[in-house]
Amino acid sequence: MEKTDVSSQVLTQLAVKIMLVIAALCLGALAPSTWAADDRDDAGARAAFLKAYPVFMHPRCLNCHPAGDAPLQGDDSLPHAQNVQRGPEGRGRYALKCANCHQAANLPGENLPPGNPKWHMPPPGMRMVFQGKSPGDLCKQLKDPAQNGGMTLEELIDHVSHDKLVLWGWDPGNGRSKPPSHVEFVDHLRTWVKKGAACPE
Amino acid sequence: MIKLKVNRKEYTVDINPETPLLWVLRENLGLTGTKFGCGMALCGACTVHLDGEAVRSCVTPVARAEGKEITTIEGLSLDSGHPLQQAWIAEDVPQCGYCMSGQIMSAAVLLRENPRPADADIDAAMAGNICRCGAYQRIRRAIHLAARIQGQGGGR
Ligand code: FES
Ligand code: FES
Repeated sequence: MEKTDVSSQVLTQLAVKIMLVIAALCLGALAPSTWAADDRDDAGARAAFLKAYPVFMHPRCLNCHPAGDAPLQGDDSLPHAQNVQRGPEGRGRYALKCANCHQAANLPGENLPPGNPKWHMPPPGMRMVFQGKSPGDLCKQLKDPAQNGGMTLEELIDHVSHDKLVLWGWDPGNGRSKPPSHVEFVDHLRTWVKKGAACPE
Repeated sequence: MIKLKVNRKEYTVDINPETPLLWVLRENLGLTGTKFGCGMALCGACTVHLDGEAVRSCVTPVARAEGKEITTIEGLSLDSGHPLQQAWIAEDVPQCGYCMSGQIMSAAVLLRENPRPADADIDAAMAGNICRCGAYQRIRRAIHLAARIQGQGGGR
């Protein structure tokens, strides 16, 4: 008798585990594994995204995510002098390719081209516009792999945490303002993802 | 010591690696066809080719040019026969001439990548080269002419 009870218990536990795994797989198809269903908190997620939003709108970040095809420059985000354009790969065109002037590192001194080994802007097929986007629209775009460079939310967090060109924003060279804290920015986005990545209205 | 290859010739220069390439070209190698205008990547007078791309030598530390092919206006062709040089002469483009080596080096990248440029392509390629004499319309005409010369296989 006892033996039967134990094996039925084992069977029940196994069934529960299998159901949990199936449930996890289903959820996984809908959402990244960084949050569990019970962490979901739409209001908290929206609030966290709104705290991260000013960084995206800062000129160091927004200037290379313009609505048009010219990169922007300066804290007033004016179109780049010299009619510089996005070009077929987001690396400029002809004699005005980004890397011609924007080299591997910032040049010392004010009003000289800043630099980074990865200097470029989004390519025309994946424009990732920040300029003019409301928090809700930007949030939806950032979540959509078809518009965010094919990233999952986890990859997005990794990208904003470690990507060298992203990090350049906080090391922009002489005479350029910096966005609000990078550590807090990443924290807000992590919270947003953990709480279910709901988007502001 | 820094080894440079300029216009298909090897040079060794004893120089601080931070020195702008423009200084080395003009002061150390005597290649004075490339001009100094602003020193801040704004005007294009100092444009040379680094592995075929139009860099501004005034903001290019010489160390960046090591191991690369550097081409200046003196080396664009063997005998000033590049289609752009022919067209520049035919259209009598230069006024004072100060900006022109930079203009031609930028236009050479345009013609290589787009053999039949429209006016918009010329604007996209050339707006970074300032001409204080305002010879822009002649520059435009000469680029169209150079495209035709190049298309007919002319130029050396
Ligand atoms: S002198 Fe180099 S761009 Fe003006
Ligand atoms: S011809 Fe004088 S600056 Fe261009």
